Amino acid sequence: MPAARGGADGTSLYPLAYRVSWRRRETADVVTVALEPVGSAAAAYRAGQFHMLTAFGVGEVAISVSGTPGTPGPVEHTIRDVGAVSHALSHAPEGTVLGLRGPFGTDWGVEDIADRDVLVIAGGIGLAPLRGAIHQLSRRRGTGALTVLVGARGPEQLVFQTDMEQWRERGANVLCTVDAAAPGWRGDVGIVTTLLARLTLDPQRTVALLCGPEVMMRFAAADLVDLGLDPGQIRVSLERNMQCGAGICGHCQLGPLLLCRDGPVVTYGGAVADLLGQQER
Amino acid sequence: MIEGIAEIVADHPLFRGLPADVAELVAGCARNEAFAVDELLIAEGAPAETFHLLRRGRVALEIRKPGAGQLVIETLGPDELLGLSWLFGSKRWHTDARALEPVGTVAVDAECLLRKADADPVFGYALMKRVAPVMVSRLQATRLRLLDLYGNGADNS
Repeated sequence: MPAARGGADGTSLYPLAYRVSWRRRETADVVTVALEPVGSAAAAYRAGQFHMLTAFGVGEVAISVSGTPGTPGPVEHTIRDVGAVSHALSHAPEGTVLGLRGPFGTDWGVEDIADRDVLVIAGGIGLAPLRGAIHQLSRRRGTGALTVLVGARGPEQLVFQTDMEQWRERGANVLCTVDAAAPGWRGDVGIVTTLLARLTLDPQRTVALLCGPEVMMRFAAADLVDLGLDPGQIRVSLERNMQCGAGICGHCQLGPLLLCRDGPVVTYGGAVADLLGQQER
Repeated sequence: MIEGIAEIVADHPLFRGLPADVAELVAGCARNEAFAVDELLIAEGAPAETFHLLRRGRVALEIRKPGAGQLVIETLGPDELLGLSWLFGSKRWHTDARALEPVGTVAVDAECLLRKADADPVFGYALMKRVAPVMVSRLQATRLRLLDLYGNGADNS
């Protein structure tokens, strides 16, 4: 797993000014916001890392980067409107200046798994932190297979459907399922882990990347271990109350981990398997 | 013909790894079937006489809701078992099962199979040990859906 970035240089506690370049509505309560620097730009990010975004006068919150590393242009974040800060961020009109700190935390380690079969399991907005990694992995040539399983509450809450088509065109096996659907839905219905029954995995070659509600990740990881995957080959993205982003304040502590620094991407197994699902301090 | 079905049965996840004679016992009660898009494999309220080992295509389990039409409560795909009610309770189907795409199955005569299970408890126990985990798995999946995992405030980011 790559080393944690950000937080160690002392400057990441101060937000940089970023302007909203454009907004794109993904679902009724999810928006992708693209940010470009007003002056100095933040360090390059890696897929799976997060930024601390500030809506001035409202507050600051951790948001995973949903863009693809190395892509020119503004940095994309996909935000679900669930609280005061995320509401302000997701409704910020084009031109609004926001604060940005980071990038922080560990990443998916895409470079480490370039030649492996990769299974991605995402639930809800959990697809956002994986989006950049999937784009990178889908562009591999002549290497391992890429399978993406996506679960959502309903068809209207499936995000990044255009991206999914791109991934399919590049050869990825992309399967979606929803918890509940209105009449007329011809896709799958059921929790995302039920899609595992349709796959033929080579446990020795497969690395799994999981992001979504922790209960989903816990059950998905357990199913994958039952299928023969080594827990060390399962990576999960955990989130707690990220505040400083630099491993100082301790609000995001989960057992021995400070998730803003040691996470959000951690290897499942051992202590992490036991810690999954614990309440934050 | 029977030998071909025995091989298919032996290769289906429900029976994979069991002795060859078990697959033969099941195959003796089974036949290949194909269903066109939108065709019903089983119908709500009908006697649960035949269950299916899905080989290809997806199937939607549906319940009729007055005023809302057919609601899909779950979908199943290749290598899965369609139909549990043949083994328990009223032995009537509790949902419709509609082909979402061209579907191929091994259709198993449940009464035939249960007769063999009654006559050979070792076979019956092996059969039960294979079907029970499917039920548990679907129960767990249903419980997780009841949690509404993707509801407000439940997601990452």
